[in-house]
Amino acid sequence: MAKLIFEKHVNNSNSFSLPECEISLSDTSESIPAQFLRNEKTALPEVSEIEMVRHFTELSTRAYGVDSGFYPLGSCTMKYNPKINEWAARLSGFAGLHPYQSEDTVQGALQLYYEMQEMLAEINGMDAFSLQPAAGAHGEMTGIMMIKAYHQHRKDYKRTKIMVPDSAHGTNPATANVIGYEVIEIKSNERGLVDLEDLRAKMNDEVAGLMLTNPNTLGLFEEDIQAIATIVHDGGGLLYYDGANLNGILGVARPGDMGFDVVHVNLHKTFSTPHGGGGPGSGPVGVKSKLIDFLPKPVVVKNGDTFSFNNNLPLSIGKVKNFYGNFGVIVKAYTYIKALGAEGIKEAGQHAVLNANYLRHQLRDDFNIPIDRLCKHEFVINSKKQSGNGVTTLDIAKRLIDYGYHPPTIYFPLIVNEAMMIEPTETESKERLDEFVDVMKAIARESAQETDKVLTAPQNAAIKRVDEVTAARKPIVKWEAP
Amino acid sequence: MNIPENLLYTDEHEWISVEGNTGRIGITDYAQHHLGDIVFVELPEVGDSFAMRDAVGVIESVKAVVSVYTPASGTILEVNEELEDSPELLNEAPYDNWIAVMELGDKSDLDKLMNAEAYAAFCQTLED
Amino acid sequence: MRFTPNPSVVVDEMLQTIGCSSLDDLFVDIREELKIKNCLNLSSGMGEMEIRSRLKYLAGRNINTEDYPCFLGAGAYDHYIPAALEQLLLRSEFYTAYTPYQPEISQGILQSIFEFQTMICKLTGLDVSNASMYDGGSSLAEACNLACVNSKGKNKVVISDTVHPEYLDILKAYSLSGHMEIVVVPGQDGQADIDSMVKAIDNETACAVIQQPNFYGILEDPSAVEKVIHENKGMFIMSVEPLSLALLKSPAEWGADIAVGEGQSLGINLSFGGPYLGFMAASKALMRKIPGRIVGQTTDLDGKRSFVLTLQAREQHIRREKAASNICSNQALCALAASMYLSLVGDRGLKDIATRCHHLALYARQEFEKAGMELMYKQPFFNEFALKITNPAQANRNLLENGIIGGYELDDALLLAFTEKRTREEIDKLVAVLGGIK
Repeated sequence: MAKLIFEKHVNNSNSFSLPECEISLSDTSESIPAQFLRNEKTALPEVSEIEMVRHFTELSTRAYGVDSGFYPLGSCTMKYNPKINEWAARLSGFAGLHPYQSEDTVQGALQLYYEMQEMLAEINGMDAFSLQPAAGAHGEMTGIMMIKAYHQHRKDYKRTKIMVPDSAHGTNPATANVIGYEVIEIKSNERGLVDLEDLRAKMNDEVAGLMLTNPNTLGLFEEDIQAIATIVHDGGGLLYYDGANLNGILGVARPGDMGFDVVHVNLHKTFSTPHGGGGPGSGPVGVKSKLIDFLPKPVVVKNGDTFSFNNNLPLSIGKVKNFYGNFGVIVKAYTYIKALGAEGIKEAGQHAVLNANYLRHQLRDDFNIPIDRLCKHEFVINSKKQSGNGVTTLDIAKRLIDYGYHPPTIYFPLIVNEAMMIEPTETESKERLDEFVDVMKAIARESAQETDKVLTAPQNAAIKRVDEVTAARKPIVKWEAP
Repeated sequence: MNIPENLLYTDEHEWISVEGNTGRIGITDYAQHHLGDIVFVELPEVGDSFAMRDAVGVIESVKAVVSVYTPASGTILEVNEELEDSPELLNEAPYDNWIAVMELGDKSDLDKLMNAEAYAAFCQTLED
Repeated sequence: MRFTPNPSVVVDEMLQTIGCSSLDDLFVDIREELKIKNCLNLSSGMGEMEIRSRLKYLAGRNINTEDYPCFLGAGAYDHYIPAALEQLLLRSEFYTAYTPYQPEISQGILQSIFEFQTMICKLTGLDVSNASMYDGGSSLAEACNLACVNSKGKNKVVISDTVHPEYLDILKAYSLSGHMEIVVVPGQDGQADIDSMVKAIDNETACAVIQQPNFYGILEDPSAVEKVIHENKGMFIMSVEPLSLALLKSPAEWGADIAVGEGQSLGINLSFGGPYLGFMAASKALMRKIPGRIVGQTTDLDGKRSFVLTLQAREQHIRREKAASNICSNQALCALAASMYLSLVGDRGLKDIATRCHHLALYARQEFEKAGMELMYKQPFFNEFALKITNPAQANRNLLENGIIGGYELDDALLLAFTEKRTREEIDKLVAVLGGIK
């Protein structure tokens, strides 16, 4: 059984040392009075360097990244993480900068920030960007805060509601609630798109705005987006773009041109920065000119050849994060955008959509596709064809693990029963896609003819299925010495 | 689906058993079945007062969370503390393992609830 | 550079298979007027060598802390990062992985988070920790939000202004929700005004907040505040510096319900302000209320010890519009770096580092006083203090000319931080340059 680092503790085995201390101090024993000193031991583990390195190396062998294999998680955009990005972020001229250094000592960093603000504005069709939010959900929160600030500034206090499609990711209504809005759900029609009639009926002067992702969580482009924008704007509301699915239109169309007033993008999805096992990401937020005054501060500005921070933004919502943003992540996305250039960005979007439609075509014989028509970068299947044998989407996902794949997103979006959301991204080859199709077909066969193999999957992974119920009923969330 | 005759029901899948001026409340078999394995129950505080349909507690399963809405207005007299350590009791016997006992407020609230037959029909519409 | 692996011949083959004649056919669902005409107005792509030149140019325009000794602190510290960390963090199974939602193939990541949670509990003395959050400031805002949302009829946050000013700004932005009323109590002489804080606490106060050490580096004694907030059934929240906890009294020992802070000191690059590492630890009673991801221990079908994301019913993807927080990601890779750092330096090593930081600060004070200068505040500090300077901006310019990155500019003072990377020579030079201008 794999041991925790605490179980590898050996007294005095750690030989970390500091250089000799050359200072001589007059009596320091009273410098921190006893009332401030800790009595309880910290009891962190002591291990030798080799054991520490082996410990974490071993942990990495029980993890799976994009570099390990195909990772078709819908709405996560698990594209290849270019290695040149990693090199760039680690340059000491970036990694070694203290955020409070004087501006004249960090002109290169400020220039990168400024250029990134501009490039994201161009890619998204917006007028200005803030790179401050630390993650997508954080960017969403910032965007909704700005919508609230905008309405409050106009003394329009009646608007206490935000609309969200029923297909939306949980962060959308959560964000709205956290900012103090009441959430109104908009139905999807049989085409899987926003029901215009329902939207029209629910849009009124109590609604601050609509949060939308386009393409939506079914991977479908909202064909009536212009009509949607008109309904919301005519009602005095603002339109918010959840950029999680930007990869589906990257370089082909821009949210700003569709009528969105505020957008957030995920650098760790669309712009290739690594997911890190769950972070850090970065969620820059872009606005049309009517919302520029409310952007978090500071923003980077250019004066001639000099770059500086502008904190003189009296209507700004303030700060959502310490310092300026996840600079180390921004450097990676900057490198990526520069690497691809205008044509490369368009090609990324086009190939992402090609790969998704190719997979959709190849899987349709064996799997039920609730809405089987031209999709963008992702699509949704479910286990309807396999359910006769008692096989669920969960079982199929676990069986994929046995074949060496990370399963796609499961049980989302909520409007499709037993959903499985597949997003291949543009960095997968036809060979990889064909292999995946073969494996999915094999699992479909097994579901009918060797059902047990699927129901008890995975059998070949580091562990079998886990007891999530006990984990939630009687949580053990830290190690305790026996 | 088990739907005892002698209880009254809400469209949020709570039941209430009226005994004089008190009501004993819980969740139905339909509710526990759809929630799956229940992992945590947040009980109301003894002494708190609620209007009909107020959220008095929360039930969590591994993949879902729902509020418990009181079928009637009233004040909490007693809560079933066993549920704190053994939330699975709600799955095992949802009609025996009650959540709270209340002193009833406006008894006319009870007229707005469904009887067993009406609740069974209601559940049927959800399945369709 | 291109990362799309299919050459045009293969693209054509795929298009044919699905019944399309060109890539444009894939976008007929987007109206023509919405499409970008030709291409975006961006530069053309670059090959790897050109990218290197470009990035080296931008990086080269900056003065960095590897070239110049740095006495800046104020929430971000120039600590030594051991060599093993960079190489281990480049293991692609760690950094190119997604969130560990499928436990069977992500035990390594889940275990590392479980270890991180345990270490944060050990440092803070509290019972539960989440898998980390964005940074110190937003963790504090989330903690205050938790207190307000979970207490009936209480929405006031009583907080000393000796907390990092940016943390206050973030808290104010988060209060746009309408769930929190922020009551800022001005400090006195570089410390929290405990008496005024006590007076400001009433039965509508959801929580009281103290930072330790505070923004000026000074140690606070929050005992009186803890007593009163608990008498009023509110929560006591401390924002702490994790490295200092090797020496200093833990938040649990001070009676805190929640401890938050910035974990950048634990093996994370300065990186111009991010990505950093927020943490949140709390008492057992708050386990089901704290935001963020949590990893729990369980068993698999074979009875093997395993780890899994648990208590997900608290999170946004399940709670949706009932969620108290919308946070999704943790800063997994940064939390991993912190676990690695703590494992590498070990218990005694961490204590040695903290002691060294403190001693170097004491030495600096000794030398400043010998040179006829004085500290702004006389109370005990950990590794940071404010030095009285008439023109702090000019002082920093002088220091820069002498190859030193100076301190954080306050009115009439420079806030100077001392980490284990600083040497006697560097401090002597600092004193000499600053002594030369007073």
